[in-house]
Amino acid sequence: MELVVEDLACARGGVAVLEGVSFSLAGGRALVLRGPNGCGKTTLLRTLAGLQPPLAGRVSVAPEAIAYAAHADGLKPTLTVAENLAFWAQVYGGPGIGAALEAMNLGELSGRQAQNLSAGQKRRLGLARLVVAARPVWVLDEPTVSLDAASVALFVAVVRRHLAGGGAALMATHIDLGLKEAEVLELAPYRAQPRQNGAFDEAFA
Amino acid sequence: MSVWEYANPKKFMDTTGPLMPWVAGLAAVVTGVGLIWGYFFTPDDFRQGSTVKILFLHVPSAMMAINIWIMMLVASLVWLIRRHHVSALAARAAAPIGLAMTAVALFTGAVWGQPMWGTWWVWDPRLTSFLVLFLFYLGYIALWQAIDDPDTAADLTAVLCLVGSIFALLSRYAVFFWSQGLHQGPSLSLQAGERMDMTYKLPLYVSMAGFVLIFVALVLAGTRTEIRARRIKALEARERMG
Amino acid sequence: MLALFLRDLRLAVRAGGGFGLGLAFFLLLVVLVPLGVGPEGAVLAMIAPGILWVGALLACLLSLDRIFALDYEDGSLDLLATAPIPMEGVVTVKALAHWVTTGLPLTLIAPLLGVLLSLPAPAYGWLVLSLALGTPALSVIGTFGAALTVGLRRGGLLLSLLVLPLYVPTLVFGAELVRRGAEGLAVGTPLALLAGITLGAFALLPFASAAAIRINLR
Repeated sequence: MELVVEDLACARGGVAVLEGVSFSLAGGRALVLRGPNGCGKTTLLRTLAGLQPPLAGRVSVAPEAIAYAAHADGLKPTLTVAENLAFWAQVYGGPGIGAALEAMNLGELSGRQAQNLSAGQKRRLGLARLVVAARPVWVLDEPTVSLDAASVALFVAVVRRHLAGGGAALMATHIDLGLKEAEVLELAPYRAQPRQNGAFDEAFA
Repeated sequence: MSVWEYANPKKFMDTTGPLMPWVAGLAAVVTGVGLIWGYFFTPDDFRQGSTVKILFLHVPSAMMAINIWIMMLVASLVWLIRRHHVSALAARAAAPIGLAMTAVALFTGAVWGQPMWGTWWVWDPRLTSFLVLFLFYLGYIALWQAIDDPDTAADLTAVLCLVGSIFALLSRYAVFFWSQGLHQGPSLSLQAGERMDMTYKLPLYVSMAGFVLIFVALVLAGTRTEIRARRIKALEARERMG
Repeated sequence: MLALFLRDLRLAVRAGGGFGLGLAFFLLLVVLVPLGVGPEGAVLAMIAPGILWVGALLACLLSLDRIFALDYEDGSLDLLATAPIPMEGVVTVKALAHWVTTGLPLTLIAPLLGVLLSLPAPAYGWLVLSLALGTPALSVIGTFGAALTVGLRRGGLLLSLLVLPLYVPTLVFGAELVRRGAEGLAVGTPLALLAGITLGAFALLPFASAAAIRINLR
């Protein structure tokens, strides 16, 4: 399983933000996307996840192989931790929720309603969904927001286990995860340039 | 050289720019001739008197009310299938005109109905289906205006137009069914065309042609405005990006 | 997809409100009409089928904007779009869940409210049948409207404006069915047409709703 992205261009709100993005990510490897706010990290990740069509370019892996996690965790406040996770486990038809609860240290919280969790605990539950999804490529948008140092370490351990199992992980993050083996891709050079071609009408991208 | 070239916004602007005054002028002349002929140079009807002459406004507007929706349906399909922006913007520009035509048809119908049937409004299937059509236009226009992103708005309104067309057709049949169920007997629908002679038909045809030309002129003007609005938006967006 | 269906039902039950509000609205409407029209039994009996159908339709409308709004806000809709369920399946399940929490209770309570409006005795069976057949169409059409307006801040009013014209055929055939039933006339045609609209809506509209959701998530 290798994720190859060639010459990808994507738009936000009808305006091109990134173009010519190319990289490859083999199984067992992790890649961290970096770049200033608004440079198009989220747009790129949503494009890879299949939520929006690219303007141009090619992605070698179908969205069906990708587990996507965004800023919002998609938790239902009136369901318990276990119910929230069990729902996604059923949707993905993956393994049981025991290992995922264990991995994100949620075992003791499993009977608590999601509305009574702290921000960091919610985040951990959101990331536990990745484990039950059991898909080879993880595409993560700011996965460590509101996590404390101990939880970040838990998360890094989960990512390492995923990589060791032959999976790949693509992450947009601002902090240093302590995941030394991860490669880094700067997105700033791929910023889309306004085109000067006379025949092209930029209002109609 | 294919017809799709005119779907390029720049080509469309370049072509329609010089055409605009001609189309608009022709629309004014033809409509003027049709209406003046109809109003002042036709005899009064032996039964209805001069009220019959409202048909020179009523019939063309009713015809356009339906045909504009069909035009919007075709334009929406072209946008969904071929992604030509001009097509989506033309559908957007057509909707308010269709709404106005429907309103004119309903209003002239009421004004005509009062002396004819002694009431401003009856729940006749024809009248009712026009009222429903009016609501469809309202919804379509409201959806366009509610969405900020122009491509999203074009996509969603096109889907609505497709689904709306099916339901508008269903509503029409439903309303005919419903009204028959309510009152059997004298039909109030106007079969004017069948018993009309040439003295009325000719000016009516001219008025209809005039209304078509008015629509073409307004749609071209509206589409040109939409294209310019998009360009302004794009320039502003580029400004913000620095 | 069964998991999604059960989750939506469980959420509706835990949130409360959902069931009760629509039913209470239906009851209120049916109480208000005689207060406005007058207590004359014959008059009420004549308009009862229409009032009950319009009431059910408006009660259905109340909860439409909740079909996708919460899932959109908390990010579930994004995750569902990337999950191995086709979006067409998601919107169908959502419509079914909406029907079970709205249309079904309305159908069950309608005969009770028919008593308040002096609905003629032969009409009760047809009332329940017509609502049972017609309210699923209201849910699936409403889901389409909700899908169109999912990302909008003030979608509620717009949703009504979009959905109500689409409800016209269902309302006409549904109310006509009850009216004919009340008068002892043949009901075959409106019955068949009402069922046809419901089946057709379930067969085709999920594709349009799914397309609208995908466009809105872009």
